[in-house]
Amino acid sequence: MNELVFFINNVIVAGSVTGSIYAIGAVGVTLIFSIMRFAHFAHADMMTFGAAMVLLLTLAFPGVGSAVGLPTAVVMLPLAMALTALLAVGVDRAFYKPLRAHGVKPIVMVIASLGVTLMLQGVIRLFAGTSGRSLYIGERKEIYRLELPFEAITRPVIVTEPQVILFVLTIAAVVGLHLFLSRSRLGKAMRAMSDNPDLALASGINTNTIVAVTWVIAGSLAAIAGTLLSLDVTFKPDLSFFLLLPIFAAAIVGGVGHPYGAIAGGFVVGFAETLAVFNWTVLLRPFQQHFPGWLELPRNLAFVGTEYKIVVPFFILVAILVWRPTGLFKGKVIT
Amino acid sequence: MTDTPRSQPPARRFPRREVILFAALLVAVLGVYAMMGVAYSTRMLVEAACYAILALGLTIQWGYAGQFNAGVMGFVALGGFAAMFFSIPVNDAFWDSELPGELGLALLYLLGAALVVYGATKLDRLGVPKRLRTVIAIVLAVVLYLAVISVLRGVTGEIESRAGFIGGLGLPAWTGWIVGGMLAGGIGYFIGHICLGLRSDYLAIATLGIAEIIKAFLKNSDWLTRGTATVSPLPWPTPGAGDLGFVLSRSLYLSVTAVMIAAIFFLLHRAYHAPWGRMIRAIRDNEVSAAAMGKDINRRRLEIFVLGCILMGIGGAALTSFNGIFDPQGFLPLNHTFLVLVMVILGGPGNNLGTIFGAVAVYLIWIMSEPLALFLMQLAVSFGEGVFGWDAPGHLGSRALQARVFVIGLLITLVLRFAPKGLLPEKVRHHG
Repeated sequence: MNELVFFINNVIVAGSVTGSIYAIGAVGVTLIFSIMRFAHFAHADMMTFGAAMVLLLTLAFPGVGSAVGLPTAVVMLPLAMALTALLAVGVDRAFYKPLRAHGVKPIVMVIASLGVTLMLQGVIRLFAGTSGRSLYIGERKEIYRLELPFEAITRPVIVTEPQVILFVLTIAAVVGLHLFLSRSRLGKAMRAMSDNPDLALASGINTNTIVAVTWVIAGSLAAIAGTLLSLDVTFKPDLSFFLLLPIFAAAIVGGVGHPYGAIAGGFVVGFAETLAVFNWTVLLRPFQQHFPGWLELPRNLAFVGTEYKIVVPFFILVAILVWRPTGLFKGKVIT
Repeated sequence: MTDTPRSQPPARRFPRREVILFAALLVAVLGVYAMMGVAYSTRMLVEAACYAILALGLTIQWGYAGQFNAGVMGFVALGGFAAMFFSIPVNDAFWDSELPGELGLALLYLLGAALVVYGATKLDRLGVPKRLRTVIAIVLAVVLYLAVISVLRGVTGEIESRAGFIGGLGLPAWTGWIVGGMLAGGIGYFIGHICLGLRSDYLAIATLGIAEIIKAFLKNSDWLTRGTATVSPLPWPTPGAGDLGFVLSRSLYLSVTAVMIAAIFFLLHRAYHAPWGRMIRAIRDNEVSAAAMGKDINRRRLEIFVLGCILMGIGGAALTSFNGIFDPQGFLPLNHTFLVLVMVILGGPGNNLGTIFGAVAVYLIWIMSEPLALFLMQLAVSFGEGVFGWDAPGHLGSRALQARVFVIGLLITLVLRFAPKGLLPEKVRHHG
């Protein structure tokens, strides 16, 4: 039954990790879409920016974490969130707002956000370098091995410290967002503006405030997602387009403009990715003797190699656009 | 434009702006010739000409029809692959073994599996309930896919270990250019068919994705492209540098690309002023009224998207052939997507002349910015060391080049804000 543990480690745990990261990213994209009506291509680089801020802060103040009992990077996360939120609002003021004031088509905003992507990439690489770095500086990644209480299972289920932090933070972010959107005045105003901007304006909602709040939320969520991703593996400044596709796929799967849908979509895409690169031979091998003799199991029975991982979100995107363009949860009308 | 009275047709004005801009460009090109030598400058011009073809492809999509393609790189890479595959010599180690047969068999399996799955999706015509049909089709697709892919993996692994890669076809380079255009057009049709009826953002997302996928495929299919090991040298359609020397051979190549640009320019010009061009602009400017006039919007959009992709494939093939090396990792979003985008929006989307101007001008600045950035960085460092005793960080060269990423991004946002119509705006003629 060790194969089952292998499956849990490689699919359930890994899928939840990638799923959470995509979900947090996709929520930001979908919020921006529902308020400002354009696909924000610079989101992946905002995530990287947040992680880069954490990296720089960790380099500047090492050893803060040991005082609290958490990795330094996690202690620095709130500060990085604030900085990224500030960046998001600043970028909006400097680059998107004038275009919005001109009343340009959404696709022009998309191109502008691509310009912002490049600028962010340049800034990040200028300050954080181009190579991958670990966010654990002078600290050790704790690894928890959970032994399962069965006779047949000798291997432990492995969960690392950043993964535990990731699950906790994801749940906190989702619950917090839910409370904000459903209970607070500002959250309700946001939903009103997402449903009908003109009506929201007419009923006295300050749309400028709502836009700023959206950027603050999207920026801080992006910082969380980027940092968690970098904690789990390493900080890579060049992930941009490889993150963007799964996040957009998640947002579209969940129905654009639908925050809860985006969370579900993130997990759908995350699990689909891990399931697609999982080698199914491992699970089928115990049943080898039950197969007919002519059927020989190949050594590698994964749907796609890990190097083609990016095909999975694209395939999901295409499938959803063909069969159900409004997404699983009936998002905004998309024409 | 609106203040021109209908009764008197507007006089043909002297194209002052165009003449000034092109004269300035000519001076700049001559300056480069004087500074950097003839061979280098001719190489730059050839590359600029290839980029001009790419830019013309994008200006059709973005300028004529308002479709934003964020994956030019993918189509360039496809064109480059076709140019490589058709022009390099035949690999006898592959063709003399039984491997071609095995590969052909695997591809036949693939075709057969695709047909079976397609047939399964039509089972409802035979009275099978639709839900059951979907389940059957999906299960069949998964099982057959896994079977075929494992056969294919075996064959390709065998090719890699015994013959290296399957080699080329040994045909003239221009056949590869044509096929490259067709390949890019085919992928463009696939993407356009899915996305063009939806919001314009989705096309940008999908093209961005397909570009990365094409690059990943070319990079990791060692049996087809040698992957990161790269393929070189690629033959030219014109006599190479060995026969004629650098300057003459490059000039010959330049004249080939110039003829191509002239042909494309002429055809586009005619199409733009033909009823077809008017219809395309009508769709771009007011979709609803164009639809009310009975125009098949999605079909026209698909037409123009595929046309643009074909041009990008051809341009990419010409560019790769000229570089003489097929390196899948050398296709970068910055160099092959965003640079082309800057050329188009700076030059004037929808204006072919403006696009060509933008292509040459931007490429000139781009090429010259590398030594310039390094020079400025060196200057800053020596200044800093001399005055403050500042210790310069390492990797200065690569960091200076990162600044170009920033500048390109800034340029895109600034142009969109302050000159959304570009330097040579599209001239909309009013037919009175």
